[in-house]
Amino acid sequence: MSARLRYGAIVVALALLATLPLWMGNSYYINITSQILLFAVFALALNVLVGYAGLVSLGHAGLFAVAGYSGALLLQAGFDHLTATAAAIGITLVASAIFAALSLRSTGIGFLMITLALGQIVWGVAYRWASLTNGDNGVNVSTRPAPFGVSLAGATSFYFATLIVFLLALLTMAIFVRSPFGASLRGTRDQARRMTALGYNVWLIRFLAIVFSGFWTGVSGLLFIYYNQFISPQVAALTSSAEVLLMVISGGTATLFGPIAGAAIVVIMKNVVSAYIERWNLVLGVIFVLIITFMPEGLVPGSVRLLRWLWQTLQSRSGASATRPSEELKP
Amino acid sequence: MMTQITSAQAAILAINSLALGGLLFLLSSGFSLIFGLMRIPNLMHGSFFMLGAYLGVTLLNRGTNFWLAAVLSGLAVACIGGVIERFLLRRLEGQVLPQVLLTLGFAFIIADICLMVWTGDPWQPSAPSELRGAVQAFGMFFPLYRLAILAVAMVIAIALWIMVDWTRLGAMIRAGVDDPPIARVVGIKVSQLFTLIFCLGAALAAFAGVIGAPYLSVYPGLDFEMLPLALIVVILGGSGSLLGTLIGSFIIGFLYNFGQAMFRDLAYVILFLPMLLVLVLRPQGLFGRNVA
Repeated sequence: MSARLRYGAIVVALALLATLPLWMGNSYYINITSQILLFAVFALALNVLVGYAGLVSLGHAGLFAVAGYSGALLLQAGFDHLTATAAAIGITLVASAIFAALSLRSTGIGFLMITLALGQIVWGVAYRWASLTNGDNGVNVSTRPAPFGVSLAGATSFYFATLIVFLLALLTMAIFVRSPFGASLRGTRDQARRMTALGYNVWLIRFLAIVFSGFWTGVSGLLFIYYNQFISPQVAALTSSAEVLLMVISGGTATLFGPIAGAAIVVIMKNVVSAYIERWNLVLGVIFVLIITFMPEGLVPGSVRLLRWLWQTLQSRSGASATRPSEELKP
Repeated sequence: MMTQITSAQAAILAINSLALGGLLFLLSSGFSLIFGLMRIPNLMHGSFFMLGAYLGVTLLNRGTNFWLAAVLSGLAVACIGGVIERFLLRRLEGQVLPQVLLTLGFAFIIADICLMVWTGDPWQPSAPSELRGAVQAFGMFFPLYRLAILAVAMVIAIALWIMVDWTRLGAMIRAGVDDPPIARVVGIKVSQLFTLIFCLGAALAAFAGVIGAPYLSVYPGLDFEMLPLALIVVILGGSGSLLGTLIGSFIIGFLYNFGQAMFRDLAYVILFLPMLLVLVLRPQGLFGRNVA
């Protein structure tokens, strides 16, 4: 894609997003878009680890829930929105640092197992420590904030607030990817030993990446509780961690826009599927298996490749010479 | 926050802990062997446990003998595991992450299918009639069935130990755990070992699910409750080590039961504390040799 086309596409997408409530009258669809944007922030945060650091976390819903629960509980205790959200972010940063210190004892599969176990601890606390978290009944968030006097109670105003946060997240991600820090993080992913030999502190780079990812995970967790005005242990469950991981993988890892596309795909699918059948987990599992088996590079590039292969197979059937499908299929 | 318990309660809790430890050993030994050999944590291991338990419940409702039901559902789940390993995991050989995610996908699929077939109600089959009573010792009554679970687990533990340490197959497995490429070079069919161990692990998990059902009961969500326990046991004991798995299972069994009774709210956190300690002090696990 040429640079001009790329910028053109970004400008069009921004214009569409900025004017969305004008041409999409139904508040249901505006809410779905808010959902996509807030989960896109979450997916972008996880992509820092999965895509750029090569560390696959299966406990990110735990950090998401830490932010959500701290925010909701502080609001319930009577703190104002600014204090509650700031404190929630602070708590999430501390939790991310703890997650990082423990999970970085290992990399690869060990990292995945430890994050999974840590995520389950958060779920266990949310579910079992009923005197603190109200257990399965969850915690209600009675009001949405009104920053600078603008109430976010309506679907449209909340959408714009989410959009602003989303754009900020995207901007910091773009800066992060191009920064020396982003380059060194990719270095630790591809050649950890060489980075050590060059004098980089691989552990510290990964640690900072997890805290950075934790920050945006926390922000999306707060957006989530303000959007739903409710949080329950389900948010911290392994299913949620798997869902956000699916967003990252399905869109294509280590790309800036992949997680956003993935978030859109998963949120839309979840809403569409839930409207007809109750079997979301089954669908989630099947998509997981299909993507991993047939399109490990992500949904969008994978579909393009499959279509091209199909097209060439059809052409070679009709007599024209084409590359053999088995060669084309190799990644 | 802490609840005091009497010594009589402690004795009962200890029996429960031993029974749970036995079940956890059956679950985790397969998990640990798969992890040691194939280098992947099988995230559907809890699902095998739950699926086995559900199949067992169905067989028991039709009047099958208890132990026969346990063995049959173990075999059935071994077949399912074998098919998934042979036709899907095998395709992704060498790609660790996709393999793990594939098992996670199947965990969700199995969970939802179980919910569809067996509904959301919990099932609790009764223990086999000859083991229903209690034995009296030291002036207290101990439920016989929980002792039986422990006994069965110990028999299987010894059988596994003999298999791994004293047979030709065991030598091949150990070779595969230590160095798969070299094992292949000397003519061991490591791929076939993978399938075999995967089936064995699945069968053990399902068997544990059935014999655990009269004690734990079967309900949706049991899979993702057991999976982290197996995970901690293996992190604690070290991957591929049967002795480590055995000791880890009993540590977790005791922590789980005593934690539930004494620190109700924090039981789940207490469960993970030894894991965190081991990770900080000895990342390869108590009995593991290489870092996971």
